[in-house]
Amino acid sequence: MKALNRFVLPLGGFALLVLLLAIGLRQAPDKGIIVSPLIGKPAPALRLPLLNEPAVMLDAAETFRGRWYLLNVWGTWCPECRYEHKALTEISQRYQIPVLGMDWKDDDAAAREWLQQLGNPYEQVVTDHEGRTAIAWGVYGAPETYLINPAGIIVHKKVGGLTLDIWQREFLPLMTRSGS
Amino acid sequence: MIPEIGHYALILALLLAVAQSAFGLLGPLSQRSRYLDAVPFAVAGQFVFTALAMGCLVTSFVQFDFSVRYVAENANSALPIFYRVAALWGAHEGSLLLWIFVLSLWTVAVTLRSRSLPPQFVARVLGVLGLLSVGFLLFTLATSNPFLRLDPAPPDGRDLNPVLQDFALAIHPPMLYTGYVGLSVAFAFACAAMIEGRLDQAWARWTRPWTTLAWAFLTAGIALGSWWAYYELGWGGFWFWDPVENASFMPWLVATALIHSLAVTDKRGLFKSWTLLLAISGFSLSLLGTFLVRSGVLVSVHSFAADPARGIFILAFLVIIIGGALTLYAWRAPLLRSDAGFELTSRESFLLFNNILLVIAAAVIFGGTLAPMVSDALHLGTLSVGPQYFNPTFLLPTLPLLALVSVGMHSGWKRGNLGRVRRPILGTLVLAVALALALCAGAYDFSVMLLPVGLALGLWIALAALVDPVDRLRRGLSLPAGIVGMSLAHIGLGVLTIGITVVQSVTVERDTALAQGAQTTLGSYSFRFDGTAPAEGANFSATEATVTVNQNGREVAVLKPQKRNYWVQQSAMTEAAISSSWNRDLFVAMGEDLGQGKWSLRLQVRPLIQFVWFGAIIMMVGGVVSGLDRRYKLPKTAPVAAAETATADAQGQAA
Amino acid sequence: MKWVLALIAALLCAGAAPAFAVDASPPLEDPVLQQRYLGLTHELRCVKCQNEAIADSPVEIAADLRREVREAIVAGQSDEQIRELLVGRYGEFILFRPRWSARNALLWLAPGLMLLGGAFVGWRIVRRRGALLANDPSTVDSEGESS
Repeated sequence: MKALNRFVLPLGGFALLVLLLAIGLRQAPDKGIIVSPLIGKPAPALRLPLLNEPAVMLDAAETFRGRWYLLNVWGTWCPECRYEHKALTEISQRYQIPVLGMDWKDDDAAAREWLQQLGNPYEQVVTDHEGRTAIAWGVYGAPETYLINPAGIIVHKKVGGLTLDIWQREFLPLMTRSGS
Repeated sequence: MIPEIGHYALILALLLAVAQSAFGLLGPLSQRSRYLDAVPFAVAGQFVFTALAMGCLVTSFVQFDFSVRYVAENANSALPIFYRVAALWGAHEGSLLLWIFVLSLWTVAVTLRSRSLPPQFVARVLGVLGLLSVGFLLFTLATSNPFLRLDPAPPDGRDLNPVLQDFALAIHPPMLYTGYVGLSVAFAFACAAMIEGRLDQAWARWTRPWTTLAWAFLTAGIALGSWWAYYELGWGGFWFWDPVENASFMPWLVATALIHSLAVTDKRGLFKSWTLLLAISGFSLSLLGTFLVRSGVLVSVHSFAADPARGIFILAFLVIIIGGALTLYAWRAPLLRSDAGFELTSRESFLLFNNILLVIAAAVIFGGTLAPMVSDALHLGTLSVGPQYFNPTFLLPTLPLLALVSVGMHSGWKRGNLGRVRRPILGTLVLAVALALALCAGAYDFSVMLLPVGLALGLWIALAALVDPVDRLRRGLSLPAGIVGMSLAHIGLGVLTIGITVVQSVTVERDTALAQGAQTTLGSYSFRFDGTAPAEGANFSATEATVTVNQNGREVAVLKPQKRNYWVQQSAMTEAAISSSWNRDLFVAMGEDLGQGKWSLRLQVRPLIQFVWFGAIIMMVGGVVSGLDRRYKLPKTAPVAAAETATADAQGQAA
Repeated sequence: MKWVLALIAALLCAGAAPAFAVDASPPLEDPVLQQRYLGLTHELRCVKCQNEAIADSPVEIAADLRREVREAIVAGQSDEQIRELLVGRYGEFILFRPRWSARNALLWLAPGLMLLGGAFVGWRIVRRRGALLANDPSTVDSEGESS
């Protein structure tokens, strides 16, 4: 009997492995997407020059105090950002939520033209040429969108293009739950 | 037309594989021998159609048939013919076809070389191999068909990934797959034995050459991949513990253990359940590696385009094959007891610890490779496991293992009798330590503790491996291939150890920005950047730099690295320039153009790195020599004799 | 849909070819600091790419992260502080050397434990086989033939 147990161990171990692999497989499409450790934490400082008036600095905490807002990290070099632009415009209009655009590692002139061509969904647009603020927020690939609550806490983050569907499924419930 | 032929050929191959499995596994159950007779024909047929499919795909590549989606994704009208052929295995679908083809080759080889084995046993082996073929062919036809067409056909293709446009590409996957898939033969032998309920010393003797040869190819395949990464990627390293690298290394470790375990089973009928489990595990790890690389479960620089749908199929296949084998094991292994004894210092004992340590090493890599996935699956957060984990933890079982090798290869069966070999062993040890210390004092330094230790171990192993052959020659005894092969393999191990130890400890590297005419010193070498010039290749344009290296005032090398721009894929690639010599490599790779004639450059001096590949080659040669040893060739009249031996063994074993 | 995003994200990363990059910034003046810089940049994972260290990755964010590390070192922060800073933004994913924690304890202890376990198993087997030998006067020569 004892010997029988010993020889069944490999099979048992394998079954466990298969279980783990199956779970891993289900999660595979999300591989490489880092879950931000900043969720639930106060938003990092954001003090950057405006795209249209580089001499003026915008402080996100002050500008958006007491309001829900989205921080959208984008760039003209990012094809996915162009793709999400329409959805972003619709969301900001339909749901009346202010969007702060952070133009990351980009050329100012190109960015202005881009917005002129495609429309401007942002309440304000700032530029981060060096990428320091982006790193402070844990950005690693545009587009990324953060949802910040009136108390200044990051409530959610989406890596990759935002769509109306994702907004309704992931972002909206978080806002209505705490009473927007 | 041709892709369609290829497609139908695959379907026919699948049908024949089904026949092969059915006749092979069910045939022995019937009294009529004609089912068994049919198996070799099924094998031959499957090979013919698999080869035909390969031929069709190669033809599509050579003829620039961009209506085939796989060709359009991996080739281009500017791609030289050599790479067009090699592009066959450059991505997922084609590499699967290669896998199937190699499996078919091994199956044919087993069929041809097993004519003197009991027919029922051989039929079962071929039946199991047939099952594997069925699985892979089904997978290919269902999810990864290389013959899918594009309509309308694009005017030109996307081109082969520039990194893969290299000579080593032509050899690395076929070599690697030959080893990977070759382990399936040992697996099939094990399954056949379990199905028959009989595992004896004759079985071990039959299995040994196949395993050794597969191991040799796997060694070469891994070494080629590592070499290629070294000179192709512009990074200068040769091993990153990337999940895909680990996926090939784990089977290698287990196969090494298997070779040694088979020796014990062959010689003394011991370690039977160990050997069985190792045979199952070796190929299981190969299959697992296939899963990991293609399913998207792990993040790696190497992985093929991840597709979880494919992952499900492979996982199901894994469950059937490995689950089936392990169930057989749970059923049959308890009956494999033997009451032979051996001493602490006997060869059996050394090989026991050899196996334990190799398995632990494989387990360490296994754990580290899968840990990120497990952590994610259990919602414990994200995790990365890299060289900073693997390097120290892999050493833990490996250092004791290396220490045991030199003594173990001289110990006698059953009783050790180490007293007899005490002088050569100690002599070689003393010599090795003395040489190691001398090298550290003279050529290198003592800053890294591992250096003298690793050097001494490597030297000791290489020297100890020479003792036996030299002794035999002196006494006028014959030098059978088995002894030569074993010595070579261990010498190769020693050389490899020396190479890795030195390279890891004493490499000097620097990333720096140099203006034209500026120079920098690494160790005793000075590197001078002499500027850049444009260059062109068959399907790329490049900027080529000239770096002159001097040592003690004398010019030793002029290196010309390139920064290439491949026209089609629009990707930049850095092509390192390496000046190789037996005792060091000088390595230069270009970084970025910093303007005003300044470039960032990666410079490295890598002592003894050629020993790494050299050691691997010696190991491989040792494996081939050993695997082709004539003692494995059974005489043509053997079927009766083999059956008698088998019966005698079985009777003796039941006692 | 998700795979489209993943594909595009992958394409955003330097042509999806495992190219390696060279750190163009001049080495730090203090060799001790430079050594720390090299150690850290090889230990930190490029969060964008497939399994490369920020020391080797050609992607822009890797260069930005190298700059962060450099500035933090010059500012006097310790290695542990720098790691903590980046882990706070990117999670433990960014460390190639898993940190010592309750979750990772098994990962770090497993090799040693396996070694102990293996030694124990080996010793038990050798003892049993040695005992079996006591009743067996025959010997086996090097070719495996009994006598």
